[in-house]
Amino acid sequence: MFKILKYIKPYALQCVLAPLFKLLEASFELFVPLVIISMVDNGIAVNNKTHIIYMGLLLVSLAAIGLAMSITAQYFSAKAASGYAGILRAKIFDDIEHKSYKEIDSIGVTTMITRITSDVNQVQTGVNLFLRLLLRSPFVVFGAVIMAFTVNVKEALIFVVAIPLLFIIVFMILLGSIPLYKKVQSKLEDVLTLFRENLLGVRVIRAFTMEEEETEKTEKEIDSLSAISLFVGRISSLLNPITFVVINLATYIILVNGSFLVDEGAITQGEIMALVNYMSQILVELVKFANLVITVTKSVACGDRIEAMLSEGSIEDGSEELESIESIEFKNVSFAYEGEGENALFSINLSLKKGESIGIIGGTGSGKSTVASLLCGFYPASSGEILVNGRNIKEYSKESLNKRISISPQFSVLFKGTVKDNLKWGKEDATDDEMWKALDMASATEFIKGKDGQLNAEVKEGGSNFSGGQKQRLSIARCLIKNSDLYVLDDSTSALDNITLKEVNKNLKALGEDKILVVISQRASQIMDMDTIIVLEDGHMESMGTHEELMRSSEVYKEIYRTQFSNEE
Amino acid sequence: MKSKTLGFIFKYIKGSLFFAILSIILSAAYVAGALYIPYVIGKGVDALFMEGGDEIMLRSLILLLIIIPLTAICQYIMSLCNNRVSIKVVERIRKDAIIKIQKLPISFLDSKGKGELLSLIIADTDAMSDGLLMGFNQFFVGITTILGTLCLLVMIDYRIALLVLLITPLSLFISAYISKKTYVLFDNQSRIRGEQTGFINEMVTNVKTVRAFGHEDENTDKFGEINERLVDASTKAVFFSSLVNPSTRFVNAICYALVAVVGSMICMKEEAFTVGLLTVSLSYANQYAKPFNEITGVITELQNALACAERIRLFLIEEEMVMPESKDLEPSKGAITLKDVSFGYSKDKVLISNLNLDVKPGLKVAIVGPTGCGKTTLINLLMRFYDPLSGHIYLDGKDTTELSYKDLRDNFGMVLQETYIRKGTVADNIKIGKPDASMDEIIEAAKKAHAHSFIKRLPKGYDTMLSEDGGNLSTGQKQLICIARVMLIDPSILILDEATSNIDTRTEIRVQKGFGELMKNRTSFIVAHRLFTIKNSDIILVMKDGNVIEQGSHDELMAKNGFYTELYNSQFT
Repeated sequence: MFKILKYIKPYALQCVLAPLFKLLEASFELFVPLVIISMVDNGIAVNNKTHIIYMGLLLVSLAAIGLAMSITAQYFSAKAASGYAGILRAKIFDDIEHKSYKEIDSIGVTTMITRITSDVNQVQTGVNLFLRLLLRSPFVVFGAVIMAFTVNVKEALIFVVAIPLLFIIVFMILLGSIPLYKKVQSKLEDVLTLFRENLLGVRVIRAFTMEEEETEKTEKEIDSLSAISLFVGRISSLLNPITFVVINLATYIILVNGSFLVDEGAITQGEIMALVNYMSQILVELVKFANLVITVTKSVACGDRIEAMLSEGSIEDGSEELESIESIEFKNVSFAYEGEGENALFSINLSLKKGESIGIIGGTGSGKSTVASLLCGFYPASSGEILVNGRNIKEYSKESLNKRISISPQFSVLFKGTVKDNLKWGKEDATDDEMWKALDMASATEFIKGKDGQLNAEVKEGGSNFSGGQKQRLSIARCLIKNSDLYVLDDSTSALDNITLKEVNKNLKALGEDKILVVISQRASQIMDMDTIIVLEDGHMESMGTHEELMRSSEVYKEIYRTQFSNEE
Repeated sequence: MKSKTLGFIFKYIKGSLFFAILSIILSAAYVAGALYIPYVIGKGVDALFMEGGDEIMLRSLILLLIIIPLTAICQYIMSLCNNRVSIKVVERIRKDAIIKIQKLPISFLDSKGKGELLSLIIADTDAMSDGLLMGFNQFFVGITTILGTLCLLVMIDYRIALLVLLITPLSLFISAYISKKTYVLFDNQSRIRGEQTGFINEMVTNVKTVRAFGHEDENTDKFGEINERLVDASTKAVFFSSLVNPSTRFVNAICYALVAVVGSMICMKEEAFTVGLLTVSLSYANQYAKPFNEITGVITELQNALACAERIRLFLIEEEMVMPESKDLEPSKGAITLKDVSFGYSKDKVLISNLNLDVKPGLKVAIVGPTGCGKTTLINLLMRFYDPLSGHIYLDGKDTTELSYKDLRDNFGMVLQETYIRKGTVADNIKIGKPDASMDEIIEAAKKAHAHSFIKRLPKGYDTMLSEDGGNLSTGQKQLICIARVMLIDPSILILDEATSNIDTRTEIRVQKGFGELMKNRTSFIVAHRLFTIKNSDIILVMKDGNVIEQGSHDELMAKNGFYTELYNSQFT
């Protein structure tokens, strides 16, 4: 939590002022019972009306000053908490955007979203409450004890026993219930998971007629969520009644004790009233304090989680600017994904030059996409070297690499907006002509023309208003419109049928003389015309060559080819 | 609408009616006790300074010793009752929701956003039960406290009571003003927050694409813009809502000062109005404004809760599918007949019209055609995920609408293009269709699906835990698990909807061999875009734009030299 706390710096002033004003407000409140003593003992007892009215006015002015102090404090703390949350969100967002693919994989998308949304909100609530109550609650509690001493030392001793007792009780109950609340939270997540599975897997569940079993299973989880919630309730509900009893018993003892002191003439009626008054102030403040502890505990947990995500290493970035890509070379490149024991790639050697096209083919899990990711510099090689223009790819800045490389990823992603907005991802200042040209090359013109608004047609979140094949074609268009040296099409055409595919393929080949084109596919028909074809099998490079060479030399390639072209009679 | 919502809520409280009523009685008792204690203490304070007050003192002390624990016990049991009612209401609603989900037509579930439904079932139910039950409780406690306070004040001195009563409009005005203002500001905040969450969702989910296109700076700018607005809105909302406590305290303080001055005056003049009574009046005055806040705060919460309840109600009364009773039929022989079947996802956009098809048991039917031609639609109809607009589908001569879903679907084994992996072990995932399968059966099925070799290599083999969407498994591996599932249940009709499209062709050939074994003597429907996999089918349906334009065996269709021939040849040129 401490590392992310430093971001509150721009609001340092507010962070000091807010509790300070709260403190002032509280000290004014503590004067109130003293005023009452004076009213009773110097007013009523001696029949002094002016004194009473004077004291009454004093009470009102104390309240007014207190209100002003309090409003000022609330303003500062709202400003600091909201502002801090804003800074945190911006930092996290920035951090996520610059995380390496490796980190993105290991953290996971859901986690990142939770951190930047609900966790930050919780931190904001925590900071806000902390600034407001940090000084106030303890100050009122201890202040009341000290004031009690000024009123009557013997009676004040009761406070000295009651307050620590209350603190112990509050903390015991909190300590007991906080871990249980965590359990409730995780049970709730289990229930949520089951509901999500039932909604997403509805076809599978119905196809296997598993409705009853699923219902039973879910009901069981719901029951156990109820059971644990009830259990937590039994503990946390103790807080209020127990503090109530302790405070009232303390008041009771003040009375009993008072009866002895009165006999000695050591205490006035006004003083007893003041003591009772301080006791009830403590009760109110203590409940607030318990709340503060709960909220702050939650916030610290959230803050820790945010910090854990942020502190997972700084981003390594090269300093060289890449002007253009002349060649790319893999030298004994091996690669393993984080947390997976087995390598995804083993000692890959390959070399690409300007104007060349290369096809990568292989089975499911053979490492095709991994090669694409490494080519784009998304992951560093686990061992071996990737050289761009003869220099290690790590030496180049990510930004300049990204500028020279364009990829259409395996899973086509479209963003909310219009078709135009999406194409602009590839080229910010693309003209309509350029867009149509790119769409043409990706065989996407026809269906875009059929949409309302054409280039300005709406794209819903995740591209949900486009079919799988259409999304892929748009993704290819977005890749092609970008002016770069290396184009990587990572299995981008798997959901297209063969006729459509042919067109796309033809267009891809017309890309240009000085470009490097990498096409990754499971289908021989897509890559057979490439200058070089690399055949991957279980992460190893099985063979490399032209289609004709491979048809002679590569068993795997021949088999792939045969299974896809089995009608060659 | 309101009365329906209330009726709906009552229906769910009914099961815990005893606790609900007990809670109301106990909260009244708690309020009475909590208010009475200061009164008794006040009496005690007086007795201290009275001639012969010892007896009164003693009585007060004994009374206190009884009331204090009693009140605390009432408060505790009241909390327990409230907890119980709200937890049970949520439980009942969620249980009904899961049952509901199983009975809703797929068309409804397809049309609704999953996130929306989930937030309805999880967040809205909690909001409803917290808001409604806790809200109601606070409301009740608040009202009784105000009334109780006034009653006791009247008992003490009517003039003091009047004075306090005069403060009431001020309390009401201030708390109503703040809560109204706060509501608007919070609404604004949550709107901007929603906008930001949407943006975050989209960009973080696709952060890899963002990186690949170097779109970070644009995103940061846009994010910063929304963020700035959010900070501003949030500062205002937080600030305003935090005014509630100070202003309450201020109103209380005014009330306190007035009571102190007036009380002291009375005290000086009249013997009967003792200092003790002044103490009591003061402590009541000090708490008087608080319940007003709670009440006004609760009103917005109640409104929100009612809105949630209404949303939940609308979901739970959504029309269910009509389900004929299960008759525990014999497994089907697998004869399927479609007669004049027409279908469209909406009535004005017919996708399939007048489709006729006769499939004898054991035949292999392939459905081919370009992307988006309606292949999957046909599968939806066969499984009765959707029902035709007109026409009939028969299984072994029986109209499928007369069969229960269970009787119908138990005959089918289905593998879809989109894989479905649930949280649990690999073995759990394979035995979804047959929960009592033995480990040997599971391994046997996995072997047939060619999944055994990769499962074996997983860290814990068949006991490896998979996350909700299959985590580290590749799409192809997930698909193999789905295929193993079907291998395990041994259905009489097989549906493969692009089942092997995510698997490489060589593995596919092997899986196909497994399928080949499975398909022996079984009716099967295969949707595929790699045509070589379906060459040997008995019937090939060629679909285009929702219609079956050609129908026949591979050789017949090739001889026709039509659309199928074009499709087929396109792969090999």
